[in-house]
Amino acid sequence: MSLHAQVRIARDGFELDVDVTVFPGETVAVLGPNGAGKTTLLKALAGLVPLQGHVELDGEVFDDTATARHVPTEERRVGLVFQDHVLFPHMTALQNVAFGLGRGGEKVAMAWLERAGLGDKANARPAQLSGGQAQRVALLRTMATQPRLLLLDEPLSALDVTVRAEVRRELARQLAEFKGIRIIVTHDPLEAIALADRLVVLENGRVVQSGRPEEVTARPRSRFVADLAGVNLLRGRGRNDHVEVGPAGASLATPDAGEGDVFAVIHPRAVALYLTKPDGTPRNVWRGRAEELDMLGERVRVRLSGPVPLVAEVTPSAVKDLHLASGAEVWVAVKATEISVYRA
Amino acid sequence: MTQARIPGPLIALAAAGLLLFLLPLAGLVVRAPWDQLGGELTAPETLTALELSIFCSLTATAVALVLGVPLALLLSKTTGTVRGLLRAVTTLPMVLPPVVGGVALLLAFGRKGLIGAPLNDAFGIQIPFTTSAAVIAETFVAMPFLVIAVEGGLRSLDPRYEQAARALGASGWRVFARVTLPLLRPAIFSGAVLCWARALGEFGATITFAGNLPGTTQTVPLAVYVALETKPQGAIVLSLILLAVSLAVLVGMHDRWLGEP
Repeated sequence: MSLHAQVRIARDGFELDVDVTVFPGETVAVLGPNGAGKTTLLKALAGLVPLQGHVELDGEVFDDTATARHVPTEERRVGLVFQDHVLFPHMTALQNVAFGLGRGGEKVAMAWLERAGLGDKANARPAQLSGGQAQRVALLRTMATQPRLLLLDEPLSALDVTVRAEVRRELARQLAEFKGIRIIVTHDPLEAIALADRLVVLENGRVVQSGRPEEVTARPRSRFVADLAGVNLLRGRGRNDHVEVGPAGASLATPDAGEGDVFAVIHPRAVALYLTKPDGTPRNVWRGRAEELDMLGERVRVRLSGPVPLVAEVTPSAVKDLHLASGAEVWVAVKATEISVYRA
Repeated sequence: MTQARIPGPLIALAAAGLLLFLLPLAGLVVRAPWDQLGGELTAPETLTALELSIFCSLTATAVALVLGVPLALLLSKTTGTVRGLLRAVTTLPMVLPPVVGGVALLLAFGRKGLIGAPLNDAFGIQIPFTTSAAVIAETFVAMPFLVIAVEGGLRSLDPRYEQAARALGASGWRVFARVTLPLLRPAIFSGAVLCWARALGEFGATITFAGNLPGTTQTVPLAVYVALETKPQGAIVLSLILLAVSLAVLVGMHDRWLGEP
């Protein structure tokens, strides 16, 4: 069972142009900033948004512009789970789960609820359920119809942190038992890495990067992914032993930069700060100013301005010693060997 | 936060406006023949008119529900020019003088009308000056209230309920019957009540298209008009009934609108 989709949608000045292939049994996480087109992509796969292109699940053509084929949503057997549960408010939990099951569905629905430990909530209306319970019922409602393709639209993000774990457990359990293809839209990197075999990063309606989670975070190709991975991403021109970055063309000494457009990644912990100009090995040294401080666990992230704007990660005592809180000028140093460079 | 004070002259004008509403009502209540109320209420003409009014207005509301809910659905799913045109057509009776509506109905369903003539020639069916005509006139004038209310309800309905239902495999008809319609219940209810109240008070289109035949087309508003000439006490009693109904509707609807349905 595999999914092949070429989706092109242009409307309201927004353009989505995405090719995705999902292999049997795979879970793909679609990541991206708000407005990247993640939800639109899911709705298009579900047949709820008209598209140009071709969508095919396991050999069955759902959409094909060339032959004007369009299978309506209700005949696709795709499961759609929304950000907030979207349970029918006038039905009980049991009736909600039974909705997609046809005749005699309530017995089957009851079994699903009981297996999830929600049997005592069968006769509760959605308004009487907690947020976590409602989202679990919504998940069961979709799983009970035994969809061939499961589309999850940020299924945890509307929940309180306290109940998120409860729903995440249920979700992981359901996903493990589910045999079909899973696509999960999220903006939470942790969720993506925990649940997905492969990431597809969407920005402005285009796929900017895709691959296994560790590949994607190790070699970010966009600001969004770099922020997810918490690293500095610079784009510049490779000149063999250095990279020219920034509008001023500041030079960054690196090993094997090659020639042409490259990305350079620097981990914030590899950015060292000093009161006086350091001597010795670091080949990249310049003056910078601390613009903004951010507490991150037991470390402090410092956003620096200068010829190469970077984020550095230092200890709280360093903040005090270097007078960073008052926006002091400091010496910034990065070892050439700490910079990883790859083709853009 | 303190609000800006309303200037004195404006308050005076507002009070005058309120008086314009209140004085006629006061007149009706003060001059009502309270001692003869029982007798007037049970007078045969009053009862006949009341019975007919209730029958016609309820039938008109039922027809408006059957035709108006689908019409609202159609309106809510269209966009652009088509929607503008549809909306203009459906809401026209709200602003059209009811007498004009009555004339228009005559020209369509009258004996020589657009539809009326062939109906008469082929089946010998005559609509004007029958109870059916009164029902049609009331539906014509009152249905827009229902359509507008239901359309508003549809537009504020989260489209994801219908999307979720479809993804669960429900056909268009099943989505409508099991999801859309139940979720629209509050809007349909308030629309139906407004529609019924408007139908109950309908005068101009009815008297023009259906005439003023006691027992057949003479509803309460028409009876009030006639009684004013011959039997003013009766007119006042009937007017009081209509006033009471209107107030009851307003009070009932107010709770509906403010509270959760």
